[in-house]
Amino acid sequence: MRSTRSAGATAFRLFNYGTLTLVALLCILPLVHIFAVSLSSAEAVNGNQVGLWPVDFSLGAYRASFDAPFLSALSVTMQRIVLGTAINMLVTFLMAYPLSKESDRFPYRNVYVWILVFTMLFSGGLIPTYILAKQLHLLNTMWVLVLPSAVNVFYIILLLNFFRQLPKEIEESALMDGASYFKSMYKIYLPLSKPVIATLLLFCIVTHWNAWFDGIMFINDTDKYPLQTYLQLLLQKSKSVLSLEDAKMAAEDAAKTSIYGAKMFLSLLPIIALYPFLQKYFTEGIVIGAVKG
Amino acid sequence: MIKPKLKPLKWKQSWQLHAMLLPGMIFVVLFAYLPMVGITIAFQDFNPTKGFFGSKWLGLDNFKYMLELPDTYRIVKNTVIIAALKIFFGFLAPIVFALLLNEVKNKLWKRGIQTFVYFPHFVSWVIMGGILVNILSRNGGAVNQLLVAIGIEPVFFLGDPGWFRVTLVVTDVLKEFGFGAIIYLAALSGINPALYEAAVIDGASRFKQTLHVTLPGIMHVAVLLGILSIGNILNAGFDQIFNLYNYLVLDSSEIIDTWVYSMGLLQAQYGLATAVGLLKSVVAFALIAGSYKLAVKFANYRIF
Repeated sequence: MRSTRSAGATAFRLFNYGTLTLVALLCILPLVHIFAVSLSSAEAVNGNQVGLWPVDFSLGAYRASFDAPFLSALSVTMQRIVLGTAINMLVTFLMAYPLSKESDRFPYRNVYVWILVFTMLFSGGLIPTYILAKQLHLLNTMWVLVLPSAVNVFYIILLLNFFRQLPKEIEESALMDGASYFKSMYKIYLPLSKPVIATLLLFCIVTHWNAWFDGIMFINDTDKYPLQTYLQLLLQKSKSVLSLEDAKMAAEDAAKTSIYGAKMFLSLLPIIALYPFLQKYFTEGIVIGAVKG
Repeated sequence: MIKPKLKPLKWKQSWQLHAMLLPGMIFVVLFAYLPMVGITIAFQDFNPTKGFFGSKWLGLDNFKYMLELPDTYRIVKNTVIIAALKIFFGFLAPIVFALLLNEVKNKLWKRGIQTFVYFPHFVSWVIMGGILVNILSRNGGAVNQLLVAIGIEPVFFLGDPGWFRVTLVVTDVLKEFGFGAIIYLAALSGINPALYEAAVIDGASRFKQTLHVTLPGIMHVAVLLGILSIGNILNAGFDQIFNLYNYLVLDSSEIIDTWVYSMGLLQAQYGLATAVGLLKSVVAFALIAGSYKLAVKFANYRIF
């Protein structure tokens, strides 16, 4: 009896570890492959010799990657991240604090909440948003990339739920001693919120780094494209070749393939660099934000 | 001793709180509510030079025209099919993954797997699309090379209308299942260990423990997420499809969002595109509001 059960358990364990490892590899190997392609010579890429290890190692693709449009797009994205994250964080903090008060303490809290919830459920849609940006003369500016996304209701909910689980008494005594709400927020809540602020900071940075569609929609001046928009248009151009019926994928396109690979990998680097910090925080952040309420 | 309780705030004391909300509220009104006013375009023959007030009113003509378009039926069908498949598998995969990962006792191994499967969530669909176009291409793509090596005919993943949908669903699930599992893993770690001990004493096998302790332990999360996902039935994944599709697979993969984009912004059919977008928003609103209500009822969920 005992031995059959443990044999079954061993079989399950083997199956389980095997499947999960396979799935985990499936998630990461495509990235490894692109990395290998970016470090291989054009001939090796052209001959489809590259698997998970660079063939005919060459840094040529990376040298070719840093061309003017790439660097310009990189700098736009950097500016966007600094400005956008600052605005996001400020607005989120200023909104989450009052909304974390109970509605019997803070009158009209529920009115504000409904105004915000409604924007989660219903939106004007693509065309009206575009026309609005046009009429506000925001097209082709940095502002159109950072202002429409200034208020993120999910971030507000996350921070608000964090505030709620802090003991109320700390603030109450401060308020009774005559502190203003601004002071209480700044002196009490801000210092206590470091973990959730770190989570939000990382989310903001990743979101701004990854955003591409607003660039396509609102920006048509090539000098002002953010990085992902620039990449999207670049890769989109290459795609028409890859999806065509004919096999004559020209040799020069293969040379480009490793450059595309290099550009893609370069634009993943910040995410890879941030990832260890992200992973440390987001589990907690997501669970607070999603289940509790 | 009864704690002294603060009284409700009068305007004089609460103006600071209102003031804090003001900047955000201005942004909300400007960028969320003003575009809703722009919905009037759906009832107009909108001419950008004449603006909202100068354009000719059409009443429901845009909607009538939309219903007569053969495209409409096709894009709604594509949207619902793709979204339904993604919702179904995107719901199951994280649960199965979380259950299996929960059985991995080797801490290092577990962490390694988690690190790998969470990562794709943070990769934008632009990059993911670029990678997929590369590895799935029929001529020399890594996946097809692998298929040929084990004696299978190469598959035109991104160019065959049938395969394209499969590719969409599989790649979407692969990208997101790990991240989706986080919440289940949290629920699993919250299960009281005493329940397992009791089950062992009652002679339950590992499988029975899973069936009677583990599954009920994550049921409330599953119900909640399942209900909330209903609201997404018209969201087939704009980012993904926009970055992967091409004219060969347009018939099977053009969805409402991509259609609105190309009709509205590329062909400047503002009125028609807004009408389609509005219809989508209204249906989505009803679905999301309904699913939130269900979530409140069955899972005691509160948004704020």
